[in-house]
Amino acid sequence: MSMKVKTRQVDGITILDLSGRITLGEGSVTIRDAVRDVLAKGSNKILLNLADINYIDSSGIGELVSAFTTVKNSGGELKLLNLTKKVHDLLQITKLYTVFDVKDDEATAISSFTK
Amino acid sequence: MRVSYTLDSSLDSVNKIEQVAEQCAQRAGFDEDTVPHIAMAVREAAVNAVLHGNAYDTAKHVTASFETTTDSLIIRIADQGPGLDEDKIPDPLAPENILRGSGRGIFLIRAFMDEVNFRQLHPGTEMTLIKHRTPAQPGT
Repeated sequence: MSMKVKTRQVDGITILDLSGRITLGEGSVTIRDAVRDVLAKGSNKILLNLADINYIDSSGIGELVSAFTTVKNSGGELKLLNLTKKVHDLLQITKLYTVFDVKDDEATAISSFTK
Repeated sequence: MRVSYTLDSSLDSVNKIEQVAEQCAQRAGFDEDTVPHIAMAVREAAVNAVLHGNAYDTAKHVTASFETTTDSLIIRIADQGPGLDEDKIPDPLAPENILRGSGRGIFLIRAFMDEVNFRQLHPGTEMTLIKHRTPAQPGT
């Protein structure tokens, strides 16, 4: 199943609800385009909801890192919400869990962004 | 039991190799946590062969073989690319690499498999991935 993205706004934060697989040739480009689109529209506070991401490979992990650095370099913030166990474990193995700001509750995540 | 495939340098081939790996790992009796790890490691090796080895060159092929022995599941993935110097693979955990957008594939393969070996084919690289079976695992 390829990846799908739904975009919504909550209190000035852009939430991208992602579902499916983030892999080379599937979700990787979709994430890149979605984040660029958000930045182009003038928003740089982004919450990636990964609750329905059932698979991610090294390309997908790399794309999350690239999105993180792109948003950070634009002066914004990118956070992750609702990691599945698979994604959580991969971020632990690759020592990226502490690089990202990871939340497991949407309201807490929204309030944690710099106002 | 041993099966092998010769496939195009495409993402469809990567998906095919991943699916076969998952089926072989299930048949070899690996548990539900280990099967996806094996499938992911094999997918990463296939991506490496298609993307970094053959660079999507339609004139080059990827070969994948899957062998289940009494002791192990052995997967060999070979490309026809320029070759890979494993000593020059950057450590993705190093502070200077941690925010790189790529370079984690072989690290994950090593994390999920028991043995990973490289062999230069001139041209090309063959990667051998081995996962040991425990005595409790049935099947051949």
